Amino acid sequence: MSNEPVVLLEDVSFAYQGVPVLEGVSFAVREHEPVCMVGPNGGGKTTLVKLILGLLRPDRGQVHVFGLPPQRARLRIGYMPQHIQCDLQFPVTVMDIVLMGRLGQGGLAGLFGWHGPVDRRAALDALGELGMDAFANRPFRALSGGQRQRVLIARALCCQPDLLVLDEPTASVDTLIEARLFEILHELNRRMTILLVSHDLGFVSGLVQNVICVNRRVFVHPTSRLTGDVIRNIYGTDMHVVHHQEQTRD
Amino acid sequence: MIEFLDALADPDIPFLRYALVAGVLASIAFGIIGAYVVARRISYIAGAISHCVLGGIGAGLYLQTVVGLEWCRPMYGAVAASLLAALVIGMVSLYAREREDTVIGALWAIGMAVGLLFLAKTPGYVDPMSYLFGNILLISRHDLWLVAALDALVVGLAVCFHNKFVAVCFDEEFTELRGVRVKCYYLLLLCLTALTVVLLVRVVGIVMVIALLTLPAAVAGQFSRRLWQMMALGVLFCMAFIASGLCYSYTHDLPTGPTIIIIAGAVYLAVAVGSLFFRPKVS
Repeated sequence: MSNEPVVLLEDVSFAYQGVPVLEGVSFAVREHEPVCMVGPNGGGKTTLVKLILGLLRPDRGQVHVFGLPPQRARLRIGYMPQHIQCDLQFPVTVMDIVLMGRLGQGGLAGLFGWHGPVDRRAALDALGELGMDAFANRPFRALSGGQRQRVLIARALCCQPDLLVLDEPTASVDTLIEARLFEILHELNRRMTILLVSHDLGFVSGLVQNVICVNRRVFVHPTSRLTGDVIRNIYGTDMHVVHHQEQTRD
Repeated sequence: MIEFLDALADPDIPFLRYALVAGVLASIAFGIIGAYVVARRISYIAGAISHCVLGGIGAGLYLQTVVGLEWCRPMYGAVAASLLAALVIGMVSLYAREREDTVIGALWAIGMAVGLLFLAKTPGYVDPMSYLFGNILLISRHDLWLVAALDALVVGLAVCFHNKFVAVCFDEEFTELRGVRVKCYYLLLLCLTALTVVLLVRVVGIVMVIALLTLPAAVAGQFSRRLWQMMALGVLFCMAFIASGLCYSYTHDLPTGPTIIIIAGAVYLAVAVGSLFFRPKVS
């Protein structure tokens, strides 16, 4: 296990058209130490994820992923977005979608984006891990919300990533699937570093050691110290967040 | 029908054969690109591009007759204008998201205005109606070569990069994270759309060509679970619409473009209404 953090943010600030969304954010995510981002809506969780993915560039400060600028580390990241912008009538099968995780490889096949038997094997394996392999040839539009979510997680896994970023993986799954997802993530944690965004503190507290509280400023709490007060503060107003200052870095 | 087949074989009316060959060739590109356009929901962008083509046709005619550039055929102007429009509109839709529709609407009208001004300043009688609503009498043998060449280019690129185009259309953000240059592929897709639109400008005209891009794909979409199936079916539907439209318009002495569009529209309507009752959609 190397000592280099998987994700490292140093004094990062970001504003949308002059409105500050994140200010002075610094934290590190270490290898195989799963973390979860929590915080109120509009607190900047998704912005933070996009900064880590390199989809946005910080106004100030530095983001490093595997010691590189995020754009150059992308192929080592598997990402499951909370929403996809596409139209749900889009005619694709589950397999087509999971295979998208295999894009971005080198060589002639990579240039044209062609998929071979190895890619199909990897896609089926990823679907299998989420119990969705029987659905490989179903149209995406015929799936339920929870099944779609699992397909998108499978697509992220199909990238065979070293860092798995899941934005609200429990948003539309029922309790049974949630329990299964919990086990899957536990298992995956041995192979890769997991970064979750979740509203569901109950779900994450058994999984991660550290919670990153995002509400314009960012504070890292060990889950063992998540008391009622802390949770109230996470979802409270900016004023309450000031109380966290002594815990800025772990 | 017999009458139509006789007319196709008649050496004195080559334009009917040319129109059919151009239509069948172009259907391949229309089916494939139409599926992307419908699935990605950019038919209004395709509409703007096709209207900007008039600017290029006007400029081409003007350069040919007034400036005296003999080689500068209106169709070359159409190709150049459509590509320029695709790139400008593509840049606008990539970088100015919030006012995208306003800018695209403006370009739509400006393209037509430029074309009409050029036509007005070109001596001799040029009927803008032929370009707006199509006129199969204008098709020449040379046009067929142009259609075949553009067709090969569009189909070749679309087939080679199929998986990347599907990924770009389905989920831009994720595809970008896989190291695919999403913006380049989006612009390339718009350029291919532009070239496709030009293929049938002669037959159905600038105003109606957009319907042939979307209607066959939309009908095919009702029966397809994957994008390539939508493309294959779309090609067949497009060929059927064009061939039956040509046949009916010839035998009943109607303008070709509108006949083709009415047939396509009627089939789409029937399939859309039918799907409400029979649910042919694959589960």
